[in-house]
Amino acid sequence: MSNSPPRSHPPLAAPPEGAAASLGRPGGSSERTVTLEVLRYDPDTDSEARFQRYEVVCQEEWVVLDALNKVKADIDPTLNYRWSCHMAVCGSCGMMINGEPKLSCHAFLRNYEGVIRIEPLANFPIERDLVVAPDDFMDKLKRVKPYLIPKQEKPISEGEYKQTPAQLMKYRQYSMCINCMLCYAACPQYGLTPSFIGPAALTLAHRYNQDSRDGGRKERQEVAATHEGVWECTFVGACSEVCPAHVDPASALQQMKITSSIDWIVEHLIPGGKP
Amino acid sequence: MAKSHKPVVWFPFAAGGTVIAFFIPVIVLLTLMAALGHAPAGLDYANLHAFAANGLGKLIIFGVVSLSMWSSAHRLRCTFYDFGVRADTAVATILYLAAIIGSILAAIYLLRI
Amino acid sequence: MSRRPLLREFPPTTWYFRQPRYLRYMSREITSILIAAYCVLLVFGLHSLAAGPAAWEAFLLTLKSPASIVFQLLVLIAAVYHAATWFNATQKAMPLQIGEYFVPGAMISGAHYVAWALLSFAILFLAGVI
Repeated sequence: MSNSPPRSHPPLAAPPEGAAASLGRPGGSSERTVTLEVLRYDPDTDSEARFQRYEVVCQEEWVVLDALNKVKADIDPTLNYRWSCHMAVCGSCGMMINGEPKLSCHAFLRNYEGVIRIEPLANFPIERDLVVAPDDFMDKLKRVKPYLIPKQEKPISEGEYKQTPAQLMKYRQYSMCINCMLCYAACPQYGLTPSFIGPAALTLAHRYNQDSRDGGRKERQEVAATHEGVWECTFVGACSEVCPAHVDPASALQQMKITSSIDWIVEHLIPGGKP
Repeated sequence: MAKSHKPVVWFPFAAGGTVIAFFIPVIVLLTLMAALGHAPAGLDYANLHAFAANGLGKLIIFGVVSLSMWSSAHRLRCTFYDFGVRADTAVATILYLAAIIGSILAAIYLLRI
Repeated sequence: MSRRPLLREFPPTTWYFRQPRYLRYMSREITSILIAAYCVLLVFGLHSLAAGPAAWEAFLLTLKSPASIVFQLLVLIAAVYHAATWFNATQKAMPLQIGEYFVPGAMISGAHYVAWALLSFAILFLAGVI
């Protein structure tokens, strides 16, 4: 690490062209007044959530997050929401936009007409305004042990755990999850049965199960193969449709149902069988 | 929480779903032709009886009918839950029992042929 | 600042009106009602077949009522819809990796469609239709 060059940030004075437009600088782009209908909830004073309308002058190429930032900066500083990277990587700005779970940094205003209705992610308790409480997801994530559990620990002197490109490809897609929780907001089975471990956590379990360096599948099955695990899924497929990272949780869960079923047969129908 | 025994009901559901997809559309087409007055030769009493009298024929018919019934019973169970009926144990018992009774009846009729 | 998260209800009986994809899912699921009813009809058919030629002819006659024809048309639509959704799902449940690459999902589903067509034609041929 010591001889690697220090990471340099792009100079703030000269942001790339697209970023300039995104920051609301005049760049010859057309303006448009957008009406946002935002769900507000203040735990200190409100017993119910309510909608509040904002008229915002926006640039045509903005995303919904830009419009919210403009509201916060110029109209109503009390508005609360989470965001960080503004480039669909960090996964913190998920919200319901016209009823659809979306990253607000990835929802372009040009794709919306009329009033844009913005609500916090469905199926999660509202902490404040557009901020939800992710505690349940965090807890479930921990329960599936989403980390490598080596088959046999070996000393560092024996070198790294090697993997072929084919072995990498086996799980790579499922490793792209950014924990944005859009799949939980889309999943009706999670809405109906909140104890369901849910799409992202189970998919991460699958990701490690599929890893050639891992030996922890048996431990993860103690959670994944229960009623609250994959068996709560009815393959609605909404998780995969809304996933901004193209992870396809629905496919992971169907594969887990098949392998869990084979486990069951080996365990119960084959004498002396161990999964 | 203990591991689920759901595979017992899910495996036949998955098998039945595949059977429905491959077989039921063409079987409906055949009975529909008969209903519209163009009964295919395969639905003549003599031909169908001969097919069902054969051991392999019996097995195919039984497999298609029983797996299709199980698969639809299982999916219907989930649908009841999706429609807001929370008495899952009662719904599951009734539907699975119906599928088992239907399969037993199918077996009895087939053995009479 | 207090922490008092607000829980919003997920409407247990009307949730599927929230998004078009939920309605698509429910329409796939309720095909099972028609398939189940058709299975009952098949068991009746087996009963008639076992009871002799006269009973079988009577069974074929009941198929010809207008209600029965409408019912069978609905079952046909449901069965074809089920088949399409089922074959489209195969690429998700059973991905095929060869070396570093995955066989394109369309090929896995496509192979199922081809097998479906061949099997259906074979059955129609054996039944003397074509």
